[in-house]
Amino acid sequence: MNDQVFTRWQGKPLDEVIYECRELLEDIDYPTVRRWRDAGGKVVGHFQVYFPEEIVHAAGMLPFKVRGAPLEATQATSRFGSYLCSILKTSLELVLSERIKLDMFVTHPICDAARNLAAIWGRNFSYPCQILYLPQNANSSHSAQYLHDEYNRLKQDIEALADRPITDDDLRHSLQVFNENRSLLRQLYHIKRETPWLLPADEAYALMAVGGFIPREEHNALLHYTLPLIEKRDMKQQDKIRIVFEGGFCEQPPLDLIRMMSRSTYVVDDDFMIGMRWILDDIPTGGNPLRNLAEAYLENSSYSPVQHDLRKPKEKMLMERIKNANAGAAVITAAKMCEPGLEEQVTYVRTLDKTGIPYFVSEFEENMTSFDHLEIQLETFVENLLFN
Amino acid sequence: MTKKILDDGIVGRGNRDGARLFREWFSSLGDVAEQERNAAYVFVMGSMAEVLRTFDIPTVFPEINSLQTAVRRVAHEYLNEAEDYGYSPDICGYVKADVAVQLRNGQHPMGRIPKPSIAVLTNACNTYIKWAEIWERMFDIPIFTLDVPGTRTAGGQTWQGDPHFENDRRYVAAQIKELISQCETLTGQKFDIDKLREVLGHTNTMNQGWQRVLDLNQSHPSLFNALTDGTVYLGVTNGFKGTAVGAQYFTDLVEEMEYKAEHGIGTLTDEKYRLIFVGVPCYPIFRRFNEMFTEWGGTFVNSTYLWFASGGTNRGFEYDLNRPLESLAEGVLISVRDAMDSMFYQDRILVDMIEEFGVDGIVYHPIKSCRTVSTGLADNRRSVMSNYDIATLFIESDMMDRRVVSEAQLKNRIDAFFEGLASRKHKAAMAG
Repeated sequence: MNDQVFTRWQGKPLDEVIYECRELLEDIDYPTVRRWRDAGGKVVGHFQVYFPEEIVHAAGMLPFKVRGAPLEATQATSRFGSYLCSILKTSLELVLSERIKLDMFVTHPICDAARNLAAIWGRNFSYPCQILYLPQNANSSHSAQYLHDEYNRLKQDIEALADRPITDDDLRHSLQVFNENRSLLRQLYHIKRETPWLLPADEAYALMAVGGFIPREEHNALLHYTLPLIEKRDMKQQDKIRIVFEGGFCEQPPLDLIRMMSRSTYVVDDDFMIGMRWILDDIPTGGNPLRNLAEAYLENSSYSPVQHDLRKPKEKMLMERIKNANAGAAVITAAKMCEPGLEEQVTYVRTLDKTGIPYFVSEFEENMTSFDHLEIQLETFVENLLFN
Repeated sequence: MTKKILDDGIVGRGNRDGARLFREWFSSLGDVAEQERNAAYVFVMGSMAEVLRTFDIPTVFPEINSLQTAVRRVAHEYLNEAEDYGYSPDICGYVKADVAVQLRNGQHPMGRIPKPSIAVLTNACNTYIKWAEIWERMFDIPIFTLDVPGTRTAGGQTWQGDPHFENDRRYVAAQIKELISQCETLTGQKFDIDKLREVLGHTNTMNQGWQRVLDLNQSHPSLFNALTDGTVYLGVTNGFKGTAVGAQYFTDLVEEMEYKAEHGIGTLTDEKYRLIFVGVPCYPIFRRFNEMFTEWGGTFVNSTYLWFASGGTNRGFEYDLNRPLESLAEGVLISVRDAMDSMFYQDRILVDMIEEFGVDGIVYHPIKSCRTVSTGLADNRRSVMSNYDIATLFIESDMMDRRVVSEAQLKNRIDAFFEGLASRKHKAAMAG
């Protein structure tokens, strides 16, 4: 697969590049995935939050981040009960409506609802559908070995789908590509933290999130092109509150909601699409690449409400995120009906109360279209901080 | 004959003894609380009672504590208290009721619940993990998550000898050793493998008894109601796992069920329709919920609840006492995995059971509180109905929260379901 699937941004000024990324992000027909398939490529869909995309990439296939979409779940609704988050329904809707065609689907036991997806998907589609059991006992001395074995099992399934073996060198090359991507995303977030007036949160989000459904080499090229342009932007610093946004680890808030937040705050760090930035540093490419990938997941990774690790109490991690970002307040959200997110809110809020860090609590849904009420609440919160 | 049976005390013994044991168990937990002894908070899917009993650590099942608040019709008080504390109306009611029990220093309608010294959980339900994190913060206690890999794909279970199974088994075995080490630290006792053997021996008797009891309900009429009687048996399965008392209970229960089968003695219902229950019971109106079915002559001959809420012990896994630790890892892996399969991949086994149990209809009862069990049920129902011409009913309520239980609405749906069943029977009779 050498054909590029996302080229509209090439050679354009920064604002137009960001516009193209936004357009792509909000296009629920996923034209880049369609182009990939039309060119004969295979697509492996993986549900939020983290997935070792390198293994799919090493087989020459496109890893596609299944992250819901702002659309009406007309067909998927009949496959689910009530009281569920939106992302489950809209993710299935994307494939039932044939907006996205997959060759394989992988979910993870991130929450009680999402772990059902392999069974539901498997009853509706004939292609392989499975659960990747990322370890929930990160503290066992055997976890890294187990995860290596689990990745190896997944590798075998992907080899069968690709009808070709995946060599260690293939994996090493993929690790390099993804290391580069993670490094570029770290630079993007560095700009957000250090000079947030140069990069509003919605623009940073658009630049990052498109990486979930284009080949990572293309994403790297996009970021290589845009990062220097962002740094040269002529934009003035404003008197805005620096905030950390928490709650975007799985279902994503609408882009307009992020834009709304950007109008009154600087979002200097967040957990949007945290799976793309889960691994914190370069993964070594020498030795056993699957083992390196497994070690990185366990030992050199971020946090989210859906990974249990005794070394990473979520409230402690949030406090570190706030401190490292030099933020003055936090926006603590959860997607509607997202149990892990809602449960974590209680801990976050109680910890923030103890430390005296101001916070704003809210819920969102990917299908929200009206933000007026929320914007007034957020502005009131911000004004209180600015004037008290 | 009836008088003799009653005199012998066989019929109904399982329910009587079960209720007595349950009361005694809660009373013993009150003693643990008073004496401030060690207690382990555990869950029904993978309680690891086998290890904990070896160290004489009493087990507390917060899920059972919570459901008891609903059965006793006070759950709303506990839920309100937890919601006032900050927990959302949209999360698991069991968690919230337990948070309120903890905020009340263990006060519970059945006695006093001891504080945890350790929490042992599996990943069979993700809420277990979030729940334990609450205790970790409240009590600063060790949390042990036994991670049990489940079935990766429909029909894709692997077994002993398969490299993938062996990878999973080694992972579980390593974690069990780590749990043992943690129990040694907590209690100051050395691990005694002979005591583990003894506990596993009792568990074997219980597992095989439980499997036999469930199989015996293929009898016509059915011998017990899986929704009501089954829940009593389930309490003993969990609360007395690995004990001589539990083993004796299941030996007696098998005797009772075989006796009833031999003498054609069914439940109290005049059985007209044989049903399978899929989901979690509606505890806030537990008795009334069941009556809405029995009034029409419907009895529940089996239930997925009895599979997953027994931690998959319905499979009757028999531990090899000659290699107890290795076998424990295998048994935990297979049983807990089966419990998860009973929630995610149960469509195939349900279809098989229709013939085996002579089933007239399947009742799906997803609930707001439990996404693990409920998320896939609508799709499961579609799948079952496309594979078999069977009547099904899909009703939603909750296991804890009476705000989500509409009795009138449930009754309307249930009545319509039975009218449909009657019509089916009539048509079948007319046809031949």
